[in-house]
Amino acid sequence: MIEKALTGNRSYWLWILFLLALIAVGAASYRDQLDYGLGITGMGRDISWGVYIGQFTFMVGVAASAVMLVLPYYLHDYKAFGRIVVLGEFLAVAAVVMCMSFVIVDMGKPSRLLNILLYPTPQSLVFWDVVVLNGYLALNIVCGWVTLEAERQEVPPPRWIRPLIYLSIPWAISIHTVTAFLYAGMPGRGLWLTAILAPRFLASAFAAGPALLIVLSALLKRVSGFDAGGEAIGKLATIVLYASIVNFFFLAMEFFTAFYSGIPAEERSLDYLFFGLDGHAALRPYMWLSVAIGAAAVIVLSVPRLRSRERYLVAASAAMFVSLWIDKGVGLIIGGFIPSPLETVTEYAPTLHEVLITLGVWATGSLVLTLLYKTAISVKQSG
Amino acid sequence: MHGKLPAFIGIALFAGVVTFPFWIGGERKPMPPPVIEAGLTQCVESAAFMRANHMLLLDQWRDSVVRHNDHIYVNRAGQRFEKSLTGTCLGCHSNKAEFCDRCHDAVAVKPYCWNCHLAPGQPAGPAATAAALPPPSSRFAVTAIPRRGE
Amino acid sequence: MDHDRRHFLIRAGSAALFGLGAAAGLPALAATRLLPAASGHGAGNAVRWGMLVDMTRCVEPCSSCIDACHSVHNVPHFDNPKDEIKWIWKMDYANAFPDSGQFASSRQTAAPVLALCNHCANPPCVRVCPVQATFKREDGIVEMDFHRCIGCRFCMAACPYGSRSFNWRDPRPFIEKYDYGYPTREAGVVEKCNFCSERLARGRQPACVEACKNRALVFGNLNDPGSELRRQLSSRVTLQRKPELGTQPSVFYAFERGHD
Repeated sequence: MIEKALTGNRSYWLWILFLLALIAVGAASYRDQLDYGLGITGMGRDISWGVYIGQFTFMVGVAASAVMLVLPYYLHDYKAFGRIVVLGEFLAVAAVVMCMSFVIVDMGKPSRLLNILLYPTPQSLVFWDVVVLNGYLALNIVCGWVTLEAERQEVPPPRWIRPLIYLSIPWAISIHTVTAFLYAGMPGRGLWLTAILAPRFLASAFAAGPALLIVLSALLKRVSGFDAGGEAIGKLATIVLYASIVNFFFLAMEFFTAFYSGIPAEERSLDYLFFGLDGHAALRPYMWLSVAIGAAAVIVLSVPRLRSRERYLVAASAAMFVSLWIDKGVGLIIGGFIPSPLETVTEYAPTLHEVLITLGVWATGSLVLTLLYKTAISVKQSG
Repeated sequence: MHGKLPAFIGIALFAGVVTFPFWIGGERKPMPPPVIEAGLTQCVESAAFMRANHMLLLDQWRDSVVRHNDHIYVNRAGQRFEKSLTGTCLGCHSNKAEFCDRCHDAVAVKPYCWNCHLAPGQPAGPAATAAALPPPSSRFAVTAIPRRGE
Repeated sequence: MDHDRRHFLIRAGSAALFGLGAAAGLPALAATRLLPAASGHGAGNAVRWGMLVDMTRCVEPCSSCIDACHSVHNVPHFDNPKDEIKWIWKMDYANAFPDSGQFASSRQTAAPVLALCNHCANPPCVRVCPVQATFKREDGIVEMDFHRCIGCRFCMAACPYGSRSFNWRDPRPFIEKYDYGYPTREAGVVEKCNFCSERLARGRQPACVEACKNRALVFGNLNDPGSELRRQLSSRVTLQRKPELGTQPSVFYAFERGHD
């Protein structure tokens, strides 16, 4: 079935070539990083996690969002999602591939990667993250591929796939909960030490993932004529709307607890992100931009006359995705390190190598997504 | 392509490629023996044992010392030694180039012990070590990123 | 060497603490001055190493402890602050003990405070390490296994005291003078103070403690009520850094003279 990904028009192959070029540049940058050390990035003693882990955190959310298609369709027989469930599952596959790639490029000693399996440490959340992410990858590849293959053969999917699909639903919740636990259990990091970090992660995931799916569906319609269906897209938009409202609510809750309690350890990181701390405010414009475009997206999504127009819907979805990317991929991770445990403010900016490697990983995920989507669209359009 | 002839040709080609190291010929060099310094009569274990097992022994030593605070090794004859690569092993076999590197270089083994552990008398200092490093490669004309040795 | 034989040898070794000496030419065990306890199976009763930083004896601008530690452990020096590696350092009182010391005397709050890994009894860094490259020894020291560390830096995020440093690049060009008694590290692993476990195995005090001419650093067994350290802790008011986090640090700070 993968041979369907090997046929395409000129634009398709130009896109593949473009992605391969990005991957090659990223790989060359990564080789530089292996030579020099992680110091080639903007990370340092105070900001020991940067863009890589920020992207990893965000993409885990995108991966988890597949459950927003799987759950209504398989558990509640919501037929309108039938055409696009596999797109959600394949997006999860591409996103998990990106997550693992980001973790690997962030490691100081990637040659010792197997140590995680040789010395399993159940008390460490990284161990569980490796377990659940790999399991989720396997689940989604199998579920997506088998159901697509069945669709191609025009037969119902085999019975044994059902339990796996049902398993992927709580599993999706677990991957993002475990990732939130990476942060939420650390003493001394006030921005992260909050019980609502996992709920906040899930809410932003369920807003970002479906938003991306809306954008991707519009793109697919343009390049291949594949129509996801108005009802499905409309329902996705509803999911994005309510999930993002919940996410903003959670953000407001963070503000309240931090500032009403007046406890400096709780306040300082939010202070830095949104208002500036000790004269440092490099991330402030981005955080407010995130709030602004997120709010604008919420408005567009809630006004029926606006959201029914595809152009506005796609723009709002893209804006919501970017807003959450800034909030989670940049603000949350970097903000957790400011102020440092030494109570100083060190600011962070990624370097060129870091950005190129990040783009290379994004291109890798996009390539996986392109190949899988091409296969899926070919099957759906031929049958 | 079908049929027996292409299959046999393919098998023959494959066999040739796979056995290439054996028939390529070239000079057969014997393994250079490591130089044992004069006056040394006995190692921690016998030479035959060490030849076969020194890597495993060192691997166990490093876990034992670092993770279990167990610094004392008792060999098969009941003699006690400190578990230390630089202290015990290099204490006698002090010329790393003539002892360790002889065999390692011959079989293209690069144990990463030496990335951290210092051989006695190994040259130090920024000037000495920076000169030994390969020149930094740069695929992008970026001047802002500091290079190795700066 | 198979598992059973190794265990037999270990048991035989513990029993043979007063075994035969080495033959001529071999590095004799006695010459290394390893303690019997360094067999790993000696001192059965739990030692808990701890330290008191006596700020009444710590004087500016002395940094003998820092110089001693960093030279003995081949800690590199980087000009770029983001690459910095430090095992022991000085920091402002306001940063070491945030949101405290209001209206305290300048004797307490003006001088920079010595900070290092607290070797917590409940260490968050150990909890998060996915490969147990950082682990808690029986004697309370939170140790680093550089052979196993994968460089994920989770421990750096977990440490609430900022005690850990990462090798962002190869450290060797930045070490002024090698100390051949201790290895360097390589790019990609985390490092921090180890309470000089390699010196403790030889019955010596940590390098910083030895280097301090004013006896400002008191090192000892927190589980021994008769130790000098415990005497000091019970006779004067001491602080720990961020005790409310439940980490149970083993490093204490005194700002007032004792009543001894």
